[in-house]
Amino acid sequence: MSPTAQPQATAFAHGAVPPVAAADADPRAEGAAIGALAATQARALGRALLPWALPLAVLAIWQAGASLGLISSRVLPAPTDVVLAFWRTLNDGSLLANIWVSTGRALSGLAIGGGIGFALGVLTGVFRPAETAFDSAMQMLRNVPHLAIIPLVILWFGIGEEAKVFLVAVGVAFPLYLNTFHGIRTVDRALVEMARVYGLSSVALFWRIVLPGALPSVLVGLRYALGIMWLTLIVAETISSSAGIGYMTMNAREFLQTDVVVLGVLAYALLGKLADSLTRAIEQRALAWHPAYQAGTGGV
Amino acid sequence: MEIFAATDADVAASVRAAEIRATFARPPAPPQTRRPGEPIRLSGVTKSFGARPVLRRLDLYVPAGQFLAVVGRSGGGKTTLMRLLCGLDAPTSGEVRIGERRVDGLMPQVRLLFQDPRLAPWQRVLANVGIARGPAWREEAYAALKDVGLADRGRDWPSVLSGGQKQRVALARALVSRPGVLLLDEPFGALDALTRTEMHRLTERIWTGHGFTTVLITHDVAEAVALADRVLVLRAGEIALDVAVDLPRPREETAEAAELKRRILAAV
Repeated sequence: MSPTAQPQATAFAHGAVPPVAAADADPRAEGAAIGALAATQARALGRALLPWALPLAVLAIWQAGASLGLISSRVLPAPTDVVLAFWRTLNDGSLLANIWVSTGRALSGLAIGGGIGFALGVLTGVFRPAETAFDSAMQMLRNVPHLAIIPLVILWFGIGEEAKVFLVAVGVAFPLYLNTFHGIRTVDRALVEMARVYGLSSVALFWRIVLPGALPSVLVGLRYALGIMWLTLIVAETISSSAGIGYMTMNAREFLQTDVVVLGVLAYALLGKLADSLTRAIEQRALAWHPAYQAGTGGV
Repeated sequence: MEIFAATDADVAASVRAAEIRATFARPPAPPQTRRPGEPIRLSGVTKSFGARPVLRRLDLYVPAGQFLAVVGRSGGGKTTLMRLLCGLDAPTSGEVRIGERRVDGLMPQVRLLFQDPRLAPWQRVLANVGIARGPAWREEAYAALKDVGLADRGRDWPSVLSGGQKQRVALARALVSRPGVLLLDEPFGALDALTRTEMHRLTERIWTGHGFTTVLITHDVAEAVALADRVLVLRAGEIALDVAVDLPRPREETAEAAELKRRILAAV
């Protein structure tokens, strides 16, 4: 033993940290720090994942139930079967083709019905005589559930594309009509008076004051319309089709392919979500002036 | 398209262009050419709503370039007079003339500053000032904004401005068309005391520079005495007092001013 070892041993005996231990105390502290950091990160990750815990648990139970044979595949397919069905229909091209057909129907219905609803809303909002002529008729018609006229629509148009587009158009026209009309009627009167005093022509007044003032309400109408658009399409496509997501699911039902049915439902959900996100993006752009949509104040 | 107001880049570019033009092209002389104000003449003006007369056989002449203040209680006919002057309403009998023309509708040479700023929230400040969109409106709007000390705010949305700034933008909007007559309908009523004093100075400076005829409607006798050449007290639709304010500018709180305020208050 070297002479220097003696005091060290004494110190150790007295309970102080021995220098030898002190030498590797550094990496240990580092390790502890890394551990703490990892713990913080884990907590942050945990918070981020928490909202997904319930869906994931449901998915796990569903998978387990299906794998153990507790849930018959005729009632509900295993999630893995849905994934396989997705892969299969993606590869043979039928999934995208059907989504394409459905989207086409939805958008043509929206363009026709939405265009008519918006135009009528502007007309009745701006011109009092037009309100007298159209508004009570529109109010009466909007209270008719548009899906109730399906038998009539089939008699008129048969079971072709026109029937489906017509139903979607009827469905989306009313929310756009009502919200456009309401938006135009609630434009700030003080601003309209200002515009008149400052010499704006009727056309300029419409483009610079009335339409931008009504736009938030019009966009609310558009979001309602999109919801109705998909709902109507789902019902319309189950009547009789030879293409589209509705056709895909109805066809799968015939063959007891529950995995394809669930896939179809998921496709509708995804398309609905996509449409909603698109409207939000339009709102962000078109309503950038609105304090609720300005950066830093927390948009909706 | 103006459904979506001009984009950032758009406005920024035009503001920069206007700045460059302003720096290089403009001589150091006052930025706006002085256009003389227009005289206002009311002869036997009566305005009734139903059977109730709000203004009774009013005769009034306001010479070109004068700063007239009209004070009175609520319901005394002040706002009605204002609406007749800018052509929003027509008199029941009698006639209103501005310059050579009889007022029978909205007049392009008459501009009104409302009680509230009334800026279109979906148009940037510059686009709001140039709301009438004449030729070269961007440059004119920029010059007017500069006049009210807000040259750097052209690209902002109105919603980020303070109350006083909004009212200054509204003033700039009224100045763009170089009006012959500027009507002020209690535009400073909603502002705090400090901002109001600031707005008084600004209004006085701009009125001196432009030379338009000004009619200020107000509840505030002190405001009237601080700004106007002449104060009119309107009571129950008739002129109860018509007094010249012959005090040097800028106005100060002198004994004379206090005496004048007392006289006006007694008549209100």
